[in-house]
Amino acid sequence: MVESSSLSPSIHRHEYNVSKKSNAPPEFLKTVVDQADTESGQDPVNAGLTAENKINLFRTMIRIRRFEERTLRIYQQGKIGGFLHLYIGQEAIATGTTSLMGSDDHVITAYRDHGHALAVGMSMNECMAELQGKHTGCSKGKGGSMHYFAPDKNYWGGHGIVGGQTPLGAGIAFALKYRGKKGCCMAFMGDGAVNQGVFLETLNLASLWDLPIIFIIENNGYSMGTSLNRSSKGLPLAKRANGFDMKWETVNGHSVYDVRAKTASAIRHAHEENRPTLLEMSTYRYRGHSMSDNEKYRDKDEVERYKQTSDPINLFRDRLIREGVFDEATAKDIDKAAREEAETAVRFADESPFPPSGDIFSDVYYESDHPEERASKGRLFFND
Amino acid sequence: MPLITYRQAVNDALAEELTRDENVIILGEEVAEYDGAYKVTEGLLSKFGSKRVIDTPISEAAFIGLGIGASFLGIRPVMELMFWSFCYVAYDQVVNNAANVRYMSGGLMNCPIVIRGPANGGTSVGATHSHTPEGQLANFPGLKVVCPATAYDAKGLMKSAIRDPDPVYVMENTLLYGEEWEVPEEEYVIPLGLADIKRSGTDVTIVAHGRAALTAVKAAEILSTEHDIEAEVVDLRSIRPLDEETVLESVRKTNRAVIVEENKPFCGVGAQLAYTIQAKAFDHLDAPVKRVSALDAPQIYSMPLEKQQIPDAQRVLKAVLEVC
Repeated sequence: MVESSSLSPSIHRHEYNVSKKSNAPPEFLKTVVDQADTESGQDPVNAGLTAENKINLFRTMIRIRRFEERTLRIYQQGKIGGFLHLYIGQEAIATGTTSLMGSDDHVITAYRDHGHALAVGMSMNECMAELQGKHTGCSKGKGGSMHYFAPDKNYWGGHGIVGGQTPLGAGIAFALKYRGKKGCCMAFMGDGAVNQGVFLETLNLASLWDLPIIFIIENNGYSMGTSLNRSSKGLPLAKRANGFDMKWETVNGHSVYDVRAKTASAIRHAHEENRPTLLEMSTYRYRGHSMSDNEKYRDKDEVERYKQTSDPINLFRDRLIREGVFDEATAKDIDKAAREEAETAVRFADESPFPPSGDIFSDVYYESDHPEERASKGRLFFND
Repeated sequence: MPLITYRQAVNDALAEELTRDENVIILGEEVAEYDGAYKVTEGLLSKFGSKRVIDTPISEAAFIGLGIGASFLGIRPVMELMFWSFCYVAYDQVVNNAANVRYMSGGLMNCPIVIRGPANGGTSVGATHSHTPEGQLANFPGLKVVCPATAYDAKGLMKSAIRDPDPVYVMENTLLYGEEWEVPEEEYVIPLGLADIKRSGTDVTIVAHGRAALTAVKAAEILSTEHDIEAEVVDLRSIRPLDEETVLESVRKTNRAVIVEENKPFCGVGAQLAYTIQAKAFDHLDAPVKRVSALDAPQIYSMPLEKQQIPDAQRVLKAVLEVC
């Protein structure tokens, strides 16, 4: 953990070169991820992984990728309304972090939330159906892409307003501490969230009140279409934690091992000392911010370079093959199963009904959904 | 029945609920060591300790968001805004997260929070500190909003608000904190959404909420003694849920309605009520529905002018005489 203002050695040149003209040499990127993988692979949290554990990490990542690739196609067919913020390229982060969750560890994230949802165990069926606004969706078709929720899996959304979820995460951490639980909340956000006032207010509260929370900035280099260099001053972003006497660390978000090693350390810090940590994970999204994004703000070459040199799934697959965990054929089988699962989810969503129109009025108030428990009187709805 | 202040009534409600349910906590600026900016939370820190009664930094967006997040896990935070005028710096939390999370999660999540504090003009603190946001907050499905006018109502409604499974926003009034009313010693609650007839009458219905209900009663007394008009004063107490039936029943009896509020008029609570009365009691009306609101300008600082800006008994009187 870094407590001084000096740059961590894991901050790499390419992470702050993301701009319209990135010139990081391809081999450099690959070397950097390999190095992070190798170093963090030695961490007990990774060294202790069984072959099955490692295959499951790979499976989760590829399931997220294939799910989202499939959502892209149904979006293009007009089956998804509004926005679709894809996580493709960032899979190692949701996978690595949530793989460490114990029964009292919780997750909250922003609107690029599909990866985290699948990683905590939500099904492709309920997620795909939600995108299509179907009654079988995880939020019964009321939330959509940005608003997935699964409290039974300690997954508290899925929030649409940039940075708005960060104090909610602090509240979850507060509740855990209030109840004497040895748990923590991982609160995810993009690099665009770091300039929202509420995020900085929340950093202060979390440190002031010793809350067991891990703030995770998934720095993909762009807040919507504005590059990091054009939106934030004072890099690395995680360094902002210094102002609040909070530990911080930078993480190679292309390396699932690095993500796990650094997150595990932050979880210990939360569990054992009730102290927050700010982690900044470098990553890259291959698709636009949402669907209507002409991506004029970056070169196609830049995207290609990341895909070829630092794709988290390809790199992890190659590493597992080198480690002798599985062979290419097994990796392909896992991939094939993920594609089939996504295909099945589309069929499930297609065949599912839309919510009945009466559903417009359910889930507004607990009291109106449970008239037998209602204590208040009077009108709650004003349609006439 | 003992006389206690509005301030004491709220304090008693908080203390009783802190005692009843260990999930209840108090959060806010100056609520603990300072005993509350308006001394509403006086003594709660020494009685319940710093785990339950918590001073926050001046950081509304963060501490209200934190309370909302904690409520997902069953904590029941009662959060004080030193003035409701400060809700705007936390507006995303107040109207997006609190109001929508149950809906967007398809009913998987609940947000049993209370936000309370004063929302009133009339104290010469200028436009930034004199907002009355009950009308605009009641515009958000998912939220509940109450505006108690007396100590009795404040205590009973506060206790119901804290026990309510949905987010409830309680609007108090600094001009009333020091006023005394009879409040029973034994425990009681007042359901949200139940209006109270503060004065019975037969000739005109005056509908009001918060301090305006007291103004309406004053006007009704003058109407009775000087003009031989018996006005019925319906105090809404709760904006959402709304006790529409009590209002309509009264109007059907008196055939005239005047709506009084300390809100600004545009899209105010009175606008909603006037619509409802014309839609559901049209055949009973012998005169157009009148509204008496705060004068439609930012709240003025100058003391004598602010007194003119907020409805007083004379303005209510004038409006009633125009329809009677």
